Amino acid sequence: MLDGAEEMNLGYYPGCALHGSSNDYEQSLRACLGALDVQLQEINDWICCGATAAHALNHKLSLALPARNLALAERDGLKQLFAPCPLCSMQLLKVQKAVADGNGLRTELSQIVEAEVRGDGQILNLIQVFQTIGLDKLKAAVKEPLKSISAACYYGCLLTRPPEVVHFDDFEQPKSMEAVLAALGAKTVEWNYKTECCGAGMTMSSEDTVLDLAHKILSNAAAHGANCVVVACPMCHVNLDMKQAAVEQRYHEKLGMVIYYLSDLVGLAMGLSAEQLGVNRHFVTKA
Amino acid sequence: MSRIGIFTCWCGENIARTVDVDEVAKEVSSLPGVRCSVNYKYMCSDPGQAMVREKIVSEKLDGVVVASCSPHMHLKTFRKAAQAAGLNPYLVEMANIREHCSWVHHDRAQATAKAVDIIRLSVEKVRNDAALEPIRVPVTRRALVIGGGVAGIQAALDIADAGYEVVMVEREPSIGGKMAGLSETFPTLDCSQCILTPRMVEVGQHPRIKLYSYSEVEAVEGFVGNFKITIRQKARYVDTAKCTGCGECWNVCPLKKNPSEFDFAMGTRPAIYIPFPQAVPARPVIDKKVCAALIRNGCKLCEKKCKAEAINFKDEDKLVEEKVGTVVVATGYKLYNIAKEQDKAWLSGYGEYGYGKYKNVIDSLQFERLVSASGPTNGVLKRPSDGANPKNVVFISCVGSRDNAKGLPYCSKICCMYTAKHAMLYKHKVHDGQAHVFYMDIRAGGKGYDEFVRRAIEQDGAKYYRGRVSKITEESGKLIVRGADTLAGVPVTIEADLVVLAAAMRPADGIEELAQKLNIGYDEFGFLLESHPKLRPVETNTAGIFIAGACHAPKDIPESVAQASAAASKVQVMLAADELTREPEIAAVNEQTCAACFTCVNTCPYHAVERAELRTGRGAFIKRTARVNPGLCMGCGTCVSVCPSKSADLQGFTEQQVYAMVESLA
Repeated sequence: MLDGAEEMNLGYYPGCALHGSSNDYEQSLRACLGALDVQLQEINDWICCGATAAHALNHKLSLALPARNLALAERDGLKQLFAPCPLCSMQLLKVQKAVADGNGLRTELSQIVEAEVRGDGQILNLIQVFQTIGLDKLKAAVKEPLKSISAACYYGCLLTRPPEVVHFDDFEQPKSMEAVLAALGAKTVEWNYKTECCGAGMTMSSEDTVLDLAHKILSNAAAHGANCVVVACPMCHVNLDMKQAAVEQRYHEKLGMVIYYLSDLVGLAMGLSAEQLGVNRHFVTKA
Repeated sequence: MSRIGIFTCWCGENIARTVDVDEVAKEVSSLPGVRCSVNYKYMCSDPGQAMVREKIVSEKLDGVVVASCSPHMHLKTFRKAAQAAGLNPYLVEMANIREHCSWVHHDRAQATAKAVDIIRLSVEKVRNDAALEPIRVPVTRRALVIGGGVAGIQAALDIADAGYEVVMVEREPSIGGKMAGLSETFPTLDCSQCILTPRMVEVGQHPRIKLYSYSEVEAVEGFVGNFKITIRQKARYVDTAKCTGCGECWNVCPLKKNPSEFDFAMGTRPAIYIPFPQAVPARPVIDKKVCAALIRNGCKLCEKKCKAEAINFKDEDKLVEEKVGTVVVATGYKLYNIAKEQDKAWLSGYGEYGYGKYKNVIDSLQFERLVSASGPTNGVLKRPSDGANPKNVVFISCVGSRDNAKGLPYCSKICCMYTAKHAMLYKHKVHDGQAHVFYMDIRAGGKGYDEFVRRAIEQDGAKYYRGRVSKITEESGKLIVRGADTLAGVPVTIEADLVVLAAAMRPADGIEELAQKLNIGYDEFGFLLESHPKLRPVETNTAGIFIAGACHAPKDIPESVAQASAAASKVQVMLAADELTREPEIAAVNEQTCAACFTCVNTCPYHAVERAELRTGRGAFIKRTARVNPGLCMGCGTCVSVCPSKSADLQGFTEQQVYAMVESLA
């Protein structure tokens, strides 16, 4: 419990990944945010945001799916909505932007989802949740400063993009994750692949692409002196962690790069165990 | 007025094709007050004008309506004709039946009826016209030139050589502007300093040019012919009269590692410095932000060393006043602030190029200093990180320019040329090196310009890729430049030692404040507005103020010089006479009825209405009133529309005239 901290209530939209292949991410979040006295109120009856599939099929569908989740959150009076997956949070923000831009979309989307879509809440990604809690408070909660950590902060594509939708950090040279790690007493490295793509969903359809990209990301992080990579995206984690063995095999290179969720490191710094956070469930557990 | 002549023009077929001019002339001849009505094929021609003159005399006309084209086109022509025949020229009005009628309509009957209506309006206007006399304003026969770059230098020398005094204000310690820092110039590759520094010396030594360097325009009062300029001379801490420019002070100064403004931080300078050896005036300034004597009363080595006793640590800013009749603004440009200049923090301006992060990513003006013989490396090309000779150099054009996402949709015009020049100069310095250029289009319009670009490609082997660079990263000392060659349809990756970004041109800092002081217009990007893009390209909308060079739009040296000479010739026209003649169609306040609310004073965009007092012949106070300064008023009519007591009116366009015109249509 943080000294003098007030309990914080956040609306929570887990998205499909956190209830499926990336449930280690959810475990990490719940443990970490629980220790920070943040209550997560999951949207009742949420649906898939459409991910990459919907907008490839139909623009309106790609808006309507997240719009329904927004409407449900608004119905439940959730003023701040935390979406740990950057694709989910970008989709939600995209609806807010579309609704704000006018063209009668607000009315139309409300009709489609049969609920009022206002689009006036605040959508938060994981970094913004820590920013909302306050980096000073985070620093005060640190019990075991992460002195041995030298992290490559990896933002991937969607945490900062498209900039006109997400309005978050410098989209080419972001620094917000580094600031969180600095509060935890960890070192970070300057490297070149912070905002490059990991291949995302191509992991299913074109494994070669993902292995190539993951190899570039991981080896560049290593070359710049990182002993781990920090992510805030379930897909990035899958491609860098789960696929790492395949990368090592294909490129005949021993990488052994631990991939942490940002919440893992916050939790570890606060004295939570790897088991509590689910860090032991990652594919690469130590170098 | 009851003896009005109407002269309807066919304008060849332009009017006559759509408007039945015979019918029109007949119809309007019966309008009240009309004495005669004629029509002719080309009224503006010599026989046409002769007809106007002849009728004025023979019919004793006291008003004229010419029904033809826009008054912008020929009002002056017909006013002159009327004047020649002894009629007050302000009793001539144009009825625009071409642009407002024949050109925009097809139906002959309707167009003819409309032409009659337009003439009817003009007849009413003339009936209510008053004979006016042009306003005469005395002229201070001196000019102010703001900015001492190549445009300002050219304008100042032209004006001074014509025999008039010039006051030049330059905010940097030396004149010379951006051009003084360039290496060689396209398309001839002549050395920039060799052609500019003699001109700078001419300015410094000219008996009719008074140079205020390290100074800024603080305030501007007055109006055309009679400006009063307050100039702030910034504290230099060196008495320029005593100083001999010997250089002992800057040699002895221990604080030598300050980034040089002149070298765009590619080199260093001491705390007391002249920006470059050929500076005019060759007098140093002390940087008060770093000098130990000024910060903590320490050091003072320069003072001890100075035999002329020119160092004065107690120096302060001084305000001086100068009276001039006209002003030339030539404040130049700066480069787009790469990776920073965005109004929204989350939209980085080309953060992907790593400018400011990687030492070997520089902008084009920094490159100029690196290849300049007078630069920090004496013209030997060394990359900033380790001084190594770069073997692969990537040039990226349009950084900021033509990019709506970055808020600068315009083309910076000169980058295609100087990038070709850079590629060429690089090859001349590093024979085994390779220049790569990423471009969107090559815009090389100009005498010898396209040939120059071809030379860079064909003779000096620069590789041109049509496409953009998406990202630059650094790996073991090399810059990894990833881009696209859209003509070949392939991605390109180049391992470069140096990357040069051709950043967009923007107007110099402080341009908007200066424009507001001078009461001249500027566009959304801060570039100063010309009065008319084709016919009045160096005039502003404020009489007596002219513009030259890159403060107006992105421009190269030849164009800036040409525009400066054009502005100088306009200045000379204005200064040639003892007094100026201005059109009398300006506002006037009826001082008897004015309620002294001063709404007009506050709304006048030209600050032409003043608070005044009405007094008797003996000086006893009667009442307060607003008064129009005829030197400043541009006749826009804003005061007329805001005056609650209807005391302001526009001469030659009175409210009474407008009402009469409207009523004539009823």
